[in-house]
Amino acid sequence: MNTPILEMKNITKDFPGVKALSDVSFEVRSGEIHCLVGENGAGKSTLMKVLSGVYPYGDYSGDILFEGKTQKFKSIADSERAGIAIIYQELALVPELSVYENILLGHEIKRGPSVNWNETIKKANEMLKKVRLDINPASKVKDLGVGRQQLVEIAKALSKDVKLLILDEPTAALNEDDCDNLLDLLRHLRDEGVTSVLISHKLKEVIRIADTVTVLRDGKTICTLDAKRGEVSEQILIKHMVGREINNIYPERKGRKSDEVVLDVRDWNAYDPKLGRVVLKDVTFNLKKGEIVGFAGLMGSGRTELAKSIFGNPDGYEIRGELRIKDQVVHLRSPKDAIDAGIAYATEDRKGNGLILIQDVKQNITLANLHQISRRGVVDVNAEVKTATEYKEALNIKTPSVEQQVVNLSGGNQQKVSVAKWLFVDPDVLILDEPTRGIDVGAKFEIYTIMNRLVEQGMSIIMISSELSEVLGMSDRIYIVSSGRITGELPTVEATQEKIMQLATS
Amino acid sequence: MTIKDLQKALRQNIRDYGMYIALIIIMAIFTFLTKGIFISSRNIANLLNQTGYIAVLAVGMTLVIIIRHIDLSVGFLSGFLGAIAAVMLVNWHMSVWVTLPAVLVLGILAGLLTALPVAKLGIPSFVASLAGWLIYRGALLMVTSSTGTIVIPDKVFTAIGNGYIPDFMPADSPFLPGLHKLTLLLGLFAIIWFIISEINARKSKQAYNFEVPPSDMFVLKLIFMTIILGLITWVLAGYNGLSWTVVIMLVVVLVFDYIAKQTVVGRHIYAVGGNPEAAELSGISVKKVTFMVFGAMGFLTALSGILFASRLQSATPTGGTLFELDCIAAAYIGGVSAAGGVGKITGSLIGALVYMSLMNGMNLLGTDISLQYVIRGAVLAVAVIFDVTTRKVRR
Repeated sequence: MNTPILEMKNITKDFPGVKALSDVSFEVRSGEIHCLVGENGAGKSTLMKVLSGVYPYGDYSGDILFEGKTQKFKSIADSERAGIAIIYQELALVPELSVYENILLGHEIKRGPSVNWNETIKKANEMLKKVRLDINPASKVKDLGVGRQQLVEIAKALSKDVKLLILDEPTAALNEDDCDNLLDLLRHLRDEGVTSVLISHKLKEVIRIADTVTVLRDGKTICTLDAKRGEVSEQILIKHMVGREINNIYPERKGRKSDEVVLDVRDWNAYDPKLGRVVLKDVTFNLKKGEIVGFAGLMGSGRTELAKSIFGNPDGYEIRGELRIKDQVVHLRSPKDAIDAGIAYATEDRKGNGLILIQDVKQNITLANLHQISRRGVVDVNAEVKTATEYKEALNIKTPSVEQQVVNLSGGNQQKVSVAKWLFVDPDVLILDEPTRGIDVGAKFEIYTIMNRLVEQGMSIIMISSELSEVLGMSDRIYIVSSGRITGELPTVEATQEKIMQLATS
Repeated sequence: MTIKDLQKALRQNIRDYGMYIALIIIMAIFTFLTKGIFISSRNIANLLNQTGYIAVLAVGMTLVIIIRHIDLSVGFLSGFLGAIAAVMLVNWHMSVWVTLPAVLVLGILAGLLTALPVAKLGIPSFVASLAGWLIYRGALLMVTSSTGTIVIPDKVFTAIGNGYIPDFMPADSPFLPGLHKLTLLLGLFAIIWFIISEINARKSKQAYNFEVPPSDMFVLKLIFMTIILGLITWVLAGYNGLSWTVVIMLVVVLVFDYIAKQTVVGRHIYAVGGNPEAAELSGISVKKVTFMVFGAMGFLTALSGILFASRLQSATPTGGTLFELDCIAAAYIGGVSAAGGVGKITGSLIGALVYMSLMNGMNLLGTDISLQYVIRGAVLAVAVIFDVTTRKVRR
């Protein structure tokens, strides 16, 4: 238990203009679950890329010892051969292939020149048993939920006789059940002798599972803490991560809400003709001026579908029901209609459908409201830069200039760009779908502060979130969604995590 | 300013300037190999007239590729529309002033027709436009089947592809003999307009307190561009002056470049190309943008058909063959990205010039046609490799 399986010593890695890692040391002992935490941009991913050979030997300085031997990985194939497997946030499975094809992809079992499918299926079944996933190995990966896909990915890693399993934010997209299941599995694998490194932003889960925690900040190792000696707590981790103590994760809000209803949805039903299923059933809720309403629920419960169906229905659902904005019945046929009616929707998937990554900060911020800065259809680029710079300063977007491509920004700053884009539209109702997913504690706090400022100014916010503490910390009221239905409404003062989970699973 | 600053500026903008540099190098090589014939006024005028119909198509194709589509139908569509123009003029004895707008409108309609299954049903544009390719090929054969090649005698129509803008002084007048005076004057206006608009843009930036390049750099840029514009003017004025084809080509490039860079519509086009889902969720109608871009492509296809038929003074059963691939190659050489959202209208003009310079230069040298194809293919490959690798460096 005490022998180190991995030692990374004095790792330094430079990017043009930035020192991504400076003199980082990282030691993982055999048979433990080691959590690596730090704010976005602290260097966690870079460190793992050095380890896996994405940045080949010679591209960095320092030594890597794996199982006591100095390693010079030139590629991912090298590190895999040594027994290191990394599972990234964005899953690397082929959706159209079956589970067993995916598990053995890249190291197929062969008989002569052809693939031995029977052996493949047998091996895949063994691996699925190891990750305790009871599914038909012939099903296509695209038909599985995210949680199960994650397990298939782990099964794939295990089939390669992995000794060190590295998971990069594995629970970011999982609901609580899948999350528990995954953490449970990691413990189980630890007992079987697999060492894991877990990169996570969710400190609660880090505290639950970690044997050891290493904190990185600004490309440096800050400390390594031993959980068994009681060195790990949320306060301590946050302190080390941000270098200052955050006493209150959720900033206090001053203003009070009025009773004026700005958005009123009644008997809202939606049917998805593409998937051939009902996505929303008899949904009724309202939103008052200057209030934050939280929508809690499990992944896939229909919260995003609800948001999109209100926001001009871009997915083409067949909708029945009534939508009133400030007591006027409206029929919104496109996102443009919705924006004109005063609704804005910041999507849960920033990179996928929220931002245009190859465009710069200013172009993303102004995209939804170009007419504001144009005359007779001609964009005033100088006014655009001015506007974008104002938002950059107001929301503290960390970028050298508003002409920087959004792809180069960290997750938290991308999220701020996404928020800025919708603030520029000046909506009455702002729908934020998972506004803090995958972003670090400091940036989260900033997003919360912005939200508070907005509602104090009279905007109304719908916040969809899978993080219960966030829903509880930020909302005035909470609706709980389950299987396309609203299964409960709770004022925050009465709500507890247990009550919400109960309604969300009902 | 030091040489170092220049090098730095060059490195940072290598993607923007790379194609210009490539064009200059290619022209220099051919000038050397042909002992100056390539750069002669007569040949340059000829080269630009050859480039016209491909450049016009490349402008449209660049927009189509930016929104992640492709249009294979444009080659035979341009041939077909050229033949329609011929039929209207010759068989139906219609006025050229009716024929031209009618053909252009037909082009827009054809473009919208291609867009219909693409935008409404999500049919891949490759397939939809491949169907168009077959249909227009057949249509072209049908129109020309009874008569074969249709010769167009109309003076106005043939002037589009062969004529030059008139001059206000005879060419042999004692003042600057042998030079086209109106062309010189227009060139002078272009230089003045360029300098004034650059200075205005700089002033406007300064008024907002934005950073501007150092003034010596700015002056250097102005001087450099003045020399380039001056040289082009001088060379063109040495033959018959500006041809109508060049005028049309320049107007098309300037107008579409302005639309792409400065207008809301242009922004929407780049947004749809960069991330169609995000664009839709930002209130942009992807369908509308798709229709608009294919409509513009259709318009430019008609224009290209007119230019080509006019240049040949006839419509032939093979008119437009391979234009679609030539203009796609020009667009890619000009730096458009197949991944969508990236590309410049001016780039497509430069791409077309590079592509046609190769053809023209190799024809002058009497290079075997088989070798010509190989070299054109190699240049296309090199251009795209250059584009992809320089993009990686920027990240």
